[in-house]
Amino acid sequence: MLSPVILIPAVLNGLLIGAVYALVALGLTLIYGVLHIINFAHGALLTAAMFAAFFVHRLLGLDPYLAAVLLTPLFFVFGYGLQRFIIAPAAHGEDRNILLVTLGLAVIIENGLLYAFRADTRTINLDYAFRVIDLGIVFLAVPRVVAFGVVIVVALILWFVMSRTDTGRAIRAVAKEKLGAELSGIDVAHIYAVTFGLGTACLAIAACLLIPTYYVNPQAGNAFVLIAFTIVVLGGMGSVAGALLGGLFVGVVESLSGLYLGESLGQLGIFVMFILVLLFRPNGLFGERI
Amino acid sequence: MTARLLLPLLLVVVALALVPAVVTSNVALNFMVTVLLIALVGQGWNVLGGYGGQYSFGHSAFFGTGAYVTAILQVRYGVNAWLGFALGIATGALVGAAIGAVSFRSGLRGSYFALVTLAFAEVLRILASVTPITGAGVGTLIKLDLRPEALQFQSRVPFYWIILALVAISLIVARVIEASRFGAWLVAVRENESAARALGVNATLMKVSAMTISAAITAAAGCFYAQYFLFVDSGIAFGPWISVEALLAPIIGGIGTVFGPLLGALVVKMLGELAKLVAGDAPGLDLVIYGCVLILVVAFAPRGVGGVFHEFYNFVSRAWTPAPTPMRRRDG
Repeated sequence: MLSPVILIPAVLNGLLIGAVYALVALGLTLIYGVLHIINFAHGALLTAAMFAAFFVHRLLGLDPYLAAVLLTPLFFVFGYGLQRFIIAPAAHGEDRNILLVTLGLAVIIENGLLYAFRADTRTINLDYAFRVIDLGIVFLAVPRVVAFGVVIVVALILWFVMSRTDTGRAIRAVAKEKLGAELSGIDVAHIYAVTFGLGTACLAIAACLLIPTYYVNPQAGNAFVLIAFTIVVLGGMGSVAGALLGGLFVGVVESLSGLYLGESLGQLGIFVMFILVLLFRPNGLFGERI
Repeated sequence: MTARLLLPLLLVVVALALVPAVVTSNVALNFMVTVLLIALVGQGWNVLGGYGGQYSFGHSAFFGTGAYVTAILQVRYGVNAWLGFALGIATGALVGAAIGAVSFRSGLRGSYFALVTLAFAEVLRILASVTPITGAGVGTLIKLDLRPEALQFQSRVPFYWIILALVAISLIVARVIEASRFGAWLVAVRENESAARALGVNATLMKVSAMTISAAITAAAGCFYAQYFLFVDSGIAFGPWISVEALLAPIIGGIGTVFGPLLGALVVKMLGELAKLVAGDAPGLDLVIYGCVLILVVAFAPRGVGGVFHEFYNFVSRAWTPAPTPMRRRDG
């Protein structure tokens, strides 16, 4: 049962899936780290992005990987607008209200998509979707390898933006000391919205990476959101590196528990781990504080 | 407990009890049963979320436990339906106490508490969708047996009485909590937990107790659901829909108030029916309207529809008072 012939492919595939999980979690942790809110609309926004990627392919004939170039800025603007013009004014800056407003948004987006596109599950047919790379002991699916590479690049870009640009410095300032940042002339409402936009843009990229091999229906994003919450809590809320490592770790855990417990119970391993981490290490394995 | 406190409650219940005398159509009665069912679930959530300030996003865990225990005991063990109903409530309360104890003892609050309840509900949903005793993916069907002993009735009216009685009990529970020392402690924990602890309030015990009562009320709604529809599956019992309904009703009606969940359930369900009228049978549109209303309520009426009525009442009563009365400052 522990034969390396089964184990190694499972671990490698888990790492590849984990990279996409990490990207979804990256958006969530960024928003949490700066705005200190849990964005319950994250899954619904991912679903929306997947529908967008699907229809860009279906209507414009654009390859999903090219669609990312179009959708990423579009979703950045969308996320910016959501935070600036809906979430912030409606929530009056109260954490509980933000929970409810993002929950409301999730319900609206999810059911809006259900209304518009019905509950049908749709898939894209691409010639490279089933192509594999043969590494001798293991076959790796091409779309997953591409996704892994893109996630690494996106994480590097995000790291560069956060550490080397004025906007990044302003984001970190607001995250650390909101009042101080405001007093030094940083427009906090703008920075909040930029952060939310960045988090949403991550989802657009994740959607474009997922759509070649995954399906889309009005609930498709939800499968990822609890996993993303697990990763965020595991990596420490607000930690970018934690999200990356946590994502890879969770990918491997899911893959292995799927192997030993069967497909339908694979997700159970994740939730049980999530509850245990919340109960015993709520500041995460890498995080500094709650 | 003075009569003055219970009088409005009595009036509302009596008014609701007159509904079957006026309304005879099955559709309308069915609608009222649904409203009362959501009011009951919402009141359960309100005890913990409204008075205790602990927002749960996974109340389906208790609803589902009640529904499954009632159904499984009857179908697989031949237990009497009434007894199954009671055991369903008790099991729901136990599950609530257990989840509350582990969560609150670990010091989870705010968003973390919301997340952990959500995760517990998901774990139960996945377990219920694979274990044979729940009927796995197929669900559990309760056999049709139209006898009062089996808690099944030919007409919908007896069901209406039962759910109304449960709602009445939940209203009394909320009222008693409000007037009791336990309620005062619970509100103190909600407003400022550290201060309450410093004054000697056992905050963890208060929260776990509130969650137990909350879970029992919500489980009762689950038991009723199983008996009314005679069918349970993992999506119905532990799905996120019921968790959303549970918090929507009290928030829209007025959080932390006795009548908030009932008012909210009525408003939400009427809006849903209106949306269905407008949209035909289009799936999802009624929930889009739910979502919009939720955001609008948070934005413009943070104290719910009940709060708006209250302010309107105050405004009118001030306008009708001839002498200028000194306005009291309202905190909130």
